[in-house]
Amino acid sequence: MENGIVLTMRGISISFPGVKALDRVDFTLRQGEIHALMGENGAGKSTLIKVLTGVYARDEGTIELDGVPGTVTIHSPQEAQKLGISTVYQEITLCPNLTVAENLYIGRQKGVSVPWKKMNRDAAALLDSLGIPARPRQMLSSCSLAVQQMVAIARAVDTQCKVLILDEPTSSLDEKEVEMLFKLMRDLKARGVGIIFVTHFLEQVYEVSDRITVLRNGQLVGEYETASLPQVELVSKMMGKELEGLSQVSASQDEEAEQAEVLYQAEGLSSSESKPFDFRIHKGEVNGFTGLLGSGRSECVRAIFAADRVTGGKVIMDGKVVRITKPIKAMKNGIGYLPEDRKRDGIIADLSVRENIILALQVMKGFFRPFSRKAAEAFADEYIKALDIKTASSDTPVGSLSGGNQQKVILARWLLTHPKYLILDEPTRGIDIGTKTEIQRLVLDLSREEGMSITFISSEIEEMLRTCSRLIVMRDRHIVGELKGSQLTQDQVMYTIAGGGNERAD
Amino acid sequence: MQTKKGKGAAFLRRHAQLLIPLIPLVILIVFNLILNPAFLEIRINEAGSLSGYPISIFNNATELVIIVLGMTLVTAVSGGQDISVGALAAIGGAAFYRVLKMGNMESAGTVLLAVLAALGITMLFGAFNGTLVSVFRIQPMIATLILFSCGRSIAYWIAVDPNATFESKLVSNLAVNLPGIPIPTPILICAVVGLLFFLMMKFTNLGLYAQAVGINQSASNLNGINATRMKLLAFVILGACCAVAGFIRTSRLQLISYEKQLLDIEMDAILAVAIGGNSLGGGKFSLVSSVLGAYTFQTLTTTLDVLKIKSTDIRAYKAMVIILLVVLASAPVKKLISRLWARLRSREARGAAPGAGAGTPEKGVQ
Repeated sequence: MENGIVLTMRGISISFPGVKALDRVDFTLRQGEIHALMGENGAGKSTLIKVLTGVYARDEGTIELDGVPGTVTIHSPQEAQKLGISTVYQEITLCPNLTVAENLYIGRQKGVSVPWKKMNRDAAALLDSLGIPARPRQMLSSCSLAVQQMVAIARAVDTQCKVLILDEPTSSLDEKEVEMLFKLMRDLKARGVGIIFVTHFLEQVYEVSDRITVLRNGQLVGEYETASLPQVELVSKMMGKELEGLSQVSASQDEEAEQAEVLYQAEGLSSSESKPFDFRIHKGEVNGFTGLLGSGRSECVRAIFAADRVTGGKVIMDGKVVRITKPIKAMKNGIGYLPEDRKRDGIIADLSVRENIILALQVMKGFFRPFSRKAAEAFADEYIKALDIKTASSDTPVGSLSGGNQQKVILARWLLTHPKYLILDEPTRGIDIGTKTEIQRLVLDLSREEGMSITFISSEIEEMLRTCSRLIVMRDRHIVGELKGSQLTQDQVMYTIAGGGNERAD
Repeated sequence: MQTKKGKGAAFLRRHAQLLIPLIPLVILIVFNLILNPAFLEIRINEAGSLSGYPISIFNNATELVIIVLGMTLVTAVSGGQDISVGALAAIGGAAFYRVLKMGNMESAGTVLLAVLAALGITMLFGAFNGTLVSVFRIQPMIATLILFSCGRSIAYWIAVDPNATFESKLVSNLAVNLPGIPIPTPILICAVVGLLFFLMMKFTNLGLYAQAVGINQSASNLNGINATRMKLLAFVILGACCAVAGFIRTSRLQLISYEKQLLDIEMDAILAVAIGGNSLGGGKFSLVSSVLGAYTFQTLTTTLDVLKIKSTDIRAYKAMVIILLVVLASAPVKKLISRLWARLRSREARGAAPGAGAGTPEKGVQ
């Protein structure tokens, strides 16, 4: 093996029923480097990590590790750890009700008795050498998230670690904590550990990484030196769009919508999860929030619907000031919200398709006024037909439907309430292409024919350009620009996301 | 024929849960019929009221059934159980006794007032449990552990009298047998409570909301359901059920025993919910199935009585049967059964297929 290289993956392929998750992907990790693994949702980052940690078995390809003769096959995470590959996941997987030292050494000592003194002494030395601000006897739960994260890393690297995988380690940390983590990462790098850094924060990649490997749709786009890859080019590679020649403007965007009266307006709206922002939507307009995953777009629409606790701001609907503090109030004001996480926030899996469809309207109608079985069936059948929902019957539990059909059920739920303003957060994620187009067409029909105002969020930029007449661009939880008319091109969106020259909104 | 079969299968699927308590119930009844062919016989005794094993099973199960109705609701919405129901029933009984003693025991007004007092206080304590669970998000079992351990002392404080016995013809009529009506009153009260639950399910969204909250609280909230309020409501309803059960038991015995009244009924009630095939983790539920579970449980108790099992041993025997029931209703066994069922059906279908003559050996068929 070449000098200084700790890990080589060549031609890795893996298929799941119906999809090729990885298609001949190469990846190389050198000693003492921080290597960012980038790609949009579903690009294959996690799959690649899982192949490396033995969660999935690869179909094709070879893995070579420094110090291990021949190609290796990793069957389980334990085996990966023995080979010196450690992973720290996004969610802390330690035990919050044990001490820091216990968390560092639990399950690793031999024999039945625990040498407490030695363990605490070793822990103190380890924490000290890595500069982690925690005491061995401290309960893990009393540490900040960042410190917990660092303890997880300390545990990982203490086991003869050559390859350290950090999967979205910064997503729940604040700026200062991120700094602390980066310092630790640089220390480890100086000790020769190869670090694979998976994140979706562009700035952080440029701050800390030496090299970037970009994946898209399960394929390798390329490996680049961070210093020689401009940020906007990285965005374009992640999205798979060339920068020039992309000015094909989206389908006929009616600029008239801009002239129509404003339906909903928020000034300085903020929630427990989002920073204050201004926003408006006109009658019959389709607009959208865009930005990379984690840029705060979902948090904004959740604030509009009061899905998170609203902490401030003024909302004007139809010219009147309204206070929307709970989802039911948003619903009564004619707002519908299809949430991003279908499983967690959308479907009620064990209930039938019928019950799922009528739920929102039923709640609006009132606790003491249930629909008759007949009325509920009529509603359900109407929308099962209108949206072509593939289900055995309206009695089938919604959880047994395919993802696309579950999404249609939730869409039906909100259409049934005849909202004036419908928010669709990632309505097309993880569903087949046919259903995707159906939903896009439906969105345009609703706005044109019924004058419904719609806010549309999608990770797929083409989809946004095709459906929206105005895009609000977000980066790192701030609105950084607004694009409309001739500005609605992929180039412009990418430049704005990357922070290149569009007027700031605030 | 196809559609008919499809419809039948759909009906079976929708009500498959009922089979879980129904099958052991039928087995128990058949077992008893073998021992005593007159097991299901109902007679009219000298006093002009009905008697016989079926009547005594219905009668004795009353308190359990009423509590099980509320327990099912609490289980569905909170994904946990209320273990303070026995103590709450004692509190309800004590409040009933206290108010009864203060007025004229033979007047309907006093009895009504006493029942209302019992209802009021247990619903208040139910709201206390519900608040701990819904607002403070304490696990139901932990939250209700408080009243489980101190509820009987509270009952004592309420009733004051250490040997709280009373004699009232009116209460006795209400709790045992109304003159001229052959059916024991507890069965009638049970039917009324059952009817109230039926009406609640029919004319409110309690069932839908409780299931929605129990299955996915986050999604329920986003659909405008106030999950906190639903949980609170379930505990208050269960509180009311406890008052009725406490009233019946106190009236039957014409005494209130703080230490013993409906002791351990929480465990029986939880078991009945489980025997009814409801998930103790919350979500979808069937009240009918729970009630059947309660009757199955009572039939088991009666069977053990018939077998003259010593009262010291009875719990051990019960436990053995319950282990069997719970294992048979468990997910792996259910899976096995459905697999066997599917295999049986596919063989049947193959047998019925045209061309595959009955006599042809099934050599080539895999």
